[in-house]
Amino acid sequence: MARRAQLGQSLPPMNTLRFNLNGQWIEESGLAPTTTLLRYLRDVRGLTGTKEGCAEGDCGACSVAVVENGPDGAPAYRAVNACLLLLPMVQGKHVVTVEALKQGEAYHPAQQAMAAALGSQCGYCTPGIVMSLFEATYRKDLKQPWQLDDQLCGNLCRCTGYRPIRDAATAVAGTCPKDAFVAALPASRPTSMAFHREDEGQLFVTPTTFDELWAVLDEHPDARFVVGGTDLSLEITKRFQVPPRLISLEGLSELHTLREGATHLLGSGATLSELEDFSAARLPPVHRMLRYFAARQIKHRGTVGGNLCTASPIGDLPPVLISLGATAVLRSRRGERRLALEDFFTGYRKTALEPKEVLIGVEVPALPPTTRAAAYKVSKRRELDISAVSAGMLVEVSAANVVTRARLAFGGMAATTKRAAHAEAALLGQAWTEAAVELAAKAMANDFTPMSDHRGSAPYRSLVAANLLRGFFDETSVTPQPRLAPGHAATVLTHEEVRHD
Amino acid sequence: MTEPTSPLRQALLHESGLKHATGEARYVDDWPAPPGMLVAQVVTSRVAHAKLQRVDASAALAVKGVVAVLTAKDVPGTNDVGPVIHDEELFAHDTVRFLGQSIAVVIGESYEACRAGVAAVKVELEALPAVLSIDQAIEHQSYLSRDHRLTRGDSKAALANAPVRFQGEVVTGGQDHFYLETQCTLAIPEEGPALRLISSTQHPSEVQTIVAHVLGWGRHQLVVEVPRMGGGFGGKETQAAPYAAMAALGALKTGRPVKVWLNRDQDMMWTGKRHPFKTRFDVGFSTDGQLLALEAELFADAGFSTDLSRAILDRALFHIDNGYFIPDVTVTGHLAKTNLPSNTAFRGFGGPQGMAVIEDIMSRAAERLGLEASALRRKNFYGAAPRNVTPFWQEVKDCRLERLFSELLSTSEYTRRLGEVAGFNQAHRHAKRGLAITPVKFGISFTTSFLNQAGAFVVVYADGSVQLNHGGTEMGQGLHTKMLAVCAHELGVRPERVRVMTTATDKVPNTSATAASSGSDLNGFAVKHAAETVRERLRPVAAKLLGVAGDAAKALVFENGRVFLPSTPAQAVPFEKVTHEAYLAQVSLSATGYYRTPDIHFDRATGRGKPFHYFAYGAAVSEVEVSGLTGEHRLRRVDLLADVGASLVPSIDKGQVEGAFIQGWGWLTCEELRVDDKGFLRTHSPDTYKVPAFGDAPVDFRVALLENAPQDGTIHGSKAVGEPPLMLALSAVAALRHAVSAFGKPGREVVLPMPCTPETVLFAVEAARRP
Repeated sequence: MARRAQLGQSLPPMNTLRFNLNGQWIEESGLAPTTTLLRYLRDVRGLTGTKEGCAEGDCGACSVAVVENGPDGAPAYRAVNACLLLLPMVQGKHVVTVEALKQGEAYHPAQQAMAAALGSQCGYCTPGIVMSLFEATYRKDLKQPWQLDDQLCGNLCRCTGYRPIRDAATAVAGTCPKDAFVAALPASRPTSMAFHREDEGQLFVTPTTFDELWAVLDEHPDARFVVGGTDLSLEITKRFQVPPRLISLEGLSELHTLREGATHLLGSGATLSELEDFSAARLPPVHRMLRYFAARQIKHRGTVGGNLCTASPIGDLPPVLISLGATAVLRSRRGERRLALEDFFTGYRKTALEPKEVLIGVEVPALPPTTRAAAYKVSKRRELDISAVSAGMLVEVSAANVVTRARLAFGGMAATTKRAAHAEAALLGQAWTEAAVELAAKAMANDFTPMSDHRGSAPYRSLVAANLLRGFFDETSVTPQPRLAPGHAATVLTHEEVRHD
Repeated sequence: MTEPTSPLRQALLHESGLKHATGEARYVDDWPAPPGMLVAQVVTSRVAHAKLQRVDASAALAVKGVVAVLTAKDVPGTNDVGPVIHDEELFAHDTVRFLGQSIAVVIGESYEACRAGVAAVKVELEALPAVLSIDQAIEHQSYLSRDHRLTRGDSKAALANAPVRFQGEVVTGGQDHFYLETQCTLAIPEEGPALRLISSTQHPSEVQTIVAHVLGWGRHQLVVEVPRMGGGFGGKETQAAPYAAMAALGALKTGRPVKVWLNRDQDMMWTGKRHPFKTRFDVGFSTDGQLLALEAELFADAGFSTDLSRAILDRALFHIDNGYFIPDVTVTGHLAKTNLPSNTAFRGFGGPQGMAVIEDIMSRAAERLGLEASALRRKNFYGAAPRNVTPFWQEVKDCRLERLFSELLSTSEYTRRLGEVAGFNQAHRHAKRGLAITPVKFGISFTTSFLNQAGAFVVVYADGSVQLNHGGTEMGQGLHTKMLAVCAHELGVRPERVRVMTTATDKVPNTSATAASSGSDLNGFAVKHAAETVRERLRPVAAKLLGVAGDAAKALVFENGRVFLPSTPAQAVPFEKVTHEAYLAQVSLSATGYYRTPDIHFDRATGRGKPFHYFAYGAAVSEVEVSGLTGEHRLRRVDLLADVGASLVPSIDKGQVEGAFIQGWGWLTCEELRVDDKGFLRTHSPDTYKVPAFGDAPVDFRVALLENAPQDGTIHGSKAVGEPPLMLALSAVAALRHAVSAFGKPGREVVLPMPCTPETVLFAVEAARRP
C-alpha cells in the first residue's frame, strides 16, 4: 500500500494518475508509475492501433498526440513516442490516439490522405504516421520544405519509399481545418503535473515547487532526475530495469524558460522543439544543429537539460553551446553557481553536478552578426541518427582579418565534448585564410585520439573533424552564420550551403 | 467519366488502406488475448559456438508466474525446423552454433515473469572457436555446400585472349529485413488434439508442416492463419517457423493459448538476414567495352545452417549476367558456414548480390577504359542469336532492355544532365555530382520448379456477395488488392462485393510461400480459374432468366454486378438475382482453382535448363551529390522505368517499384550490420542500424511503368513486381562511383566497397584525390 511521504506540504500528495484519453478523463491508482503509455494503451485499454516497432523512439510506430502549450502559448497537438512516455509524464494532459481520429463515419484528413496516396502498404507504421500528420495538419508554423522532413523523419516506413507519404503530408500539412479537434483545444490545456507515489520501494515524484524538490531530495538524495525521458526510459523499455527512485523536473515551470537578452537563458526544462523555435532567429548555429538532432517526436520531449546532463560525448547540444561560450547555471538549496559549460562535463557521462543540485539552464551570449559561427553533425544517416562527429565552431576575425577568438568544440572525438586546443591556438593571431585553416586542420591531429566503433572508425572521425573546419572556413566566407538551407534534407557542406567555390 | 467495366488496370487504393490509417487493421500481436493466454521468452546462447554441457531450469520453474520451461527434451516429434535440409534444431541440444540460438523457451503469465525465468535458467557452456566471417570460413574451409557452377564456352581461353583483362573483388553487405512488425505467432488449443496458429508468416503451409514435424502430428491437426503481416520481405518465409513451433509446443504442453513475440532487438539478433557476399572476379573486355569473358567465384555467408541458402546462391549465379550477354563464362559459388544466424530470403533472393558484381564490373570497365558508362552497358545487352543465351543456357526472348534504356535516357534527359553534372563538378571543389543508368533483368519463377503452383477457393453466397480465399499472404505488397481485382473482374461484380479472407491452410492447402515475386502470377491464375468455374455454372441460370437460348448464352457478359447480352445491355439481370436463382436451382456456388507454371525445369548437375517462366526488366537513372568533406551523399533525382507487363493494378505496382528502390538503396548505402569478434551483432536496433528515413528519399522521384508491354502466358499479361525493382538501386552506386571519380583524374578505377556509407565514400574520395 502507498506510504505517503511526509513532505511536499505546499501541495497535497497526488498519488493517482489522472489524464484525458481520447476525450475521457481516466484515473488509475494501481499501475506502476514506470508503466509506459504504449503498454498501457495496448495491454490495459486494448487500443492496439498504437504499435511497438522498436521501444526506443526510433521508428515512430507508437506515435500519439499530446496537447502541450505551443510556442505562442496556445495549446497545440504534439506527436510524441508513447513507448518512451511513462504514465506520470501525461499527468493532467490530454492524449489522443489513432482510434479517436475517425469521427463517426468521417475519416480525419490525415487518414484520408494516407489512403488516397497509397501511403500505406503493410500498414504497421501507418497509425504512427497518421499521428505525425495529425500534428502537421494543425501546425501554423510550416514555412520551409525541410520542416516536412523534420516532421516525419521519426516515422520509419520499410515499404513505400516515402514518396506517397510525402504526397499525403503535402496535402494536409498546415491546412488547419476548423474541426472538432481544433474546437477541443482551448479546453485541453495541460493542467498540473503534480504527482507523488511511493510504494513497494518505488518512488516517482513530480514536484511543482523548488521547496518540494529540495524536500524530496533531502529524503532521497540518490533519486534520479528525469524530464522528457527520451534517454532514461530506455532503461525500462530496452534493458527492463526499473529505476527505483525518480524525480521528474517537468512540473517546475521555471525550468521551461527561454529568455532573450544580451545573454540568452536556455532553461534546462525547455524542450528541443521549443529551443528550435527560440533559436531560429537568435542562435542560427543551434537552430541548424536541431534540424539534424532527432525526430520531432523526440524533440517534443527531449530537453536542454536532459541532453547536457547525460553528458554523452556524442550529445548534439554540447559542442555548439560550448563553441558559443555558454555557461551552466546550477542550483541547490545552498544557492546558485555558474560554470563554463566545458567545465560542467567532467568525464565520460559525468558532470559537475553535486548531489541534490540541479541544472537550471545555460546562459548563452547573444551572437553578434559578424561573428563566424556554425554547427555540424555527421552521421551514417542524415536524419535521426547519432553523430559520428559533431562540431560547434566560433571564430571572430578583426577588421584586419586577424583571428581574435576561436572556439572549436567537437563531439564524438573524445570521452567528453572537447575543444580542439591545438587547432584553436594555430588560428589565434593568424590571418583568417585558407592556408591558416589548413595548418589548424593539421594541428587538430594533436587534439584528438578518437575511438573506432560502428558509427565510424578513428581515421574517419579524425579526417571528418579536420574537414569540418575546412568546410567552416568555406561556408563562413559566404555568410558568417550559415542558416539552414530551406530545401529538402541537404547534407551539410554541400553546394546548397557553399555556393561560391 | 464512364464507369470502368472492371477493377483491373485501375488505380485502386490498397484494399486495407483505410483500415491501416484508423488503426483497426489487426496484426497477430493485436489479437485480443484469448482467456488464459501465456507469453514466452526464449533462452538463447550467449556465445557464438560452444558445447552445451547442461541446462538446468529448476530455479526458473520456481519463479512466480513461470508455467513451463521447454527444451529439446520436451519435443515430442523431431527437434528440427530446417525447411529444406534438416540441419537446424528448434532447441540446441548438445552444441550451440551462434550467439542467439534457442536453447529453451520459458512460458509464463507475463513477460516480466518470463524474463525472470530466463535469468534463472542455468546454462553451462564450453566455448569452442567460432567462424564469424566469410574470410574466416575460407581460411578454415568451413562450408555448407561447395561448387555450384554455371558455365558456357571457354572462359579460360577467352580471358587469355582478351585485349583488356582485370581482376577484382566485390563485397556486398548483409541487410536486416526490418519489417516494422517483428516475428509473432499465437497458438490456440482446439479440440482434437489440434491447434490453431495465428502467425505472421509468408509461408503458412510450411509453418504447418514444420510444427507438425516438431509435434509429431499430422498436418490436419493444425490450421495456420495469416491475417496480414507488418512487412515480410523474405524474412518471414522460413524464419517464422521456429517461433511458431515454440508457441505450438507451449500450447500443447500447458493446454493454454501461448503467444511468442520477439521484440525488435531479439528479432534482429536472432533471425537471419540478407546474405553478405564476397566475389573474386576475372573479366575480359575489348578496348571499346565489349564484354568478352568472365570467371567469378562467389562466397555467400549462409550462417550456421542451410535454410534457403542453396537456392539463394543459385539465384546469385543466375543473375551474375544481369542483362548482359557474356560469350564465355564460368561462375562458381560456395556457401560459407559461419557461427552466425542462418541467413535467409530477402527480396531479390541472391539476385541483387549477383547483379551487384556485374554492375560493379561494368562501372570499373567504364572507369578504366574512359568510356561513357551508359553506352558501355547498352552495347552489352542481350540481343539476337547468338547473343541471347544465358550462362544457364536459357534463351532470352523479348529482351526489353534496349527499349527501356532508350525511353528512360530520353525521359530522364540523361545526356543534357550529364553535361550539367560535368559543369557542376568543374565549378565545385568539395561537392561532386554523379549520374548513372543501370538495367535490371530478373528471372521469374521459383527455381525449385515444383514450387510453382497455387490454389484458390472462391465462395459466392446466394445474395451475390463473394468471399475470396487464395494461397498467398498479404505483407503490404497489395496481393489481396490484385486478387480482389482479378476475382471481381472474372465474376463481373463490383469490388466492394468481394471480401478477401484471412489466408488459412484449411481453405487453401499445400501452398507455396508468398515469395519470389510470384504471388500475383501464381495465385492470380488460380483465382481466375476458380471464379471462372463459378461464373460458368451461373451462365445457364442467367441465360434462363434473360430468356437467352442455346449458343447465345456464350455471349452473356458479367460486368459490374450485372449480366446481359452485349447487344441489349439495358436488359440486364442483377448478379445477385442470378446467384439466388442458382441456389434455388441447386447449383454449387463455390469452387477451387489451381495453377502450375508450365514448361520450366533446371538440372543442377549440368547447370542447364529453363528455370524461369520469363524475365522482368527495368532501368533506373540516379543522380547523386557527394560531399567530399564528409562522404555523405543525397539522391537529387531518381527516374525509374519498370517493366511490369500489362499491370493488374498500376497504383499498387508503382508503390512496389519505388518502395523496392529505396529499400535497395538502404542495403547499398546506409544499412550496415556490424558483428563484433564475439559474434555479437552491435547494430541490433534502429538506434544503430539505419534504414532509410523520410528525408533520404529523393523529392524528385519519377516512377513510370513501361506502357504497351503485355507479357505472353501470364495472368492478364502482367509481370512480377515484388523483387526486380530493388536492384534498380544499383544505379545509385554507379552514380556514386561517377561522383567519386570526379574528385580525381579520369581513367582510374574507383575503389568503393558496399555499403557505400559516408565513411567508405569519403575514403574513396581520398583515394581518388591522391596524385
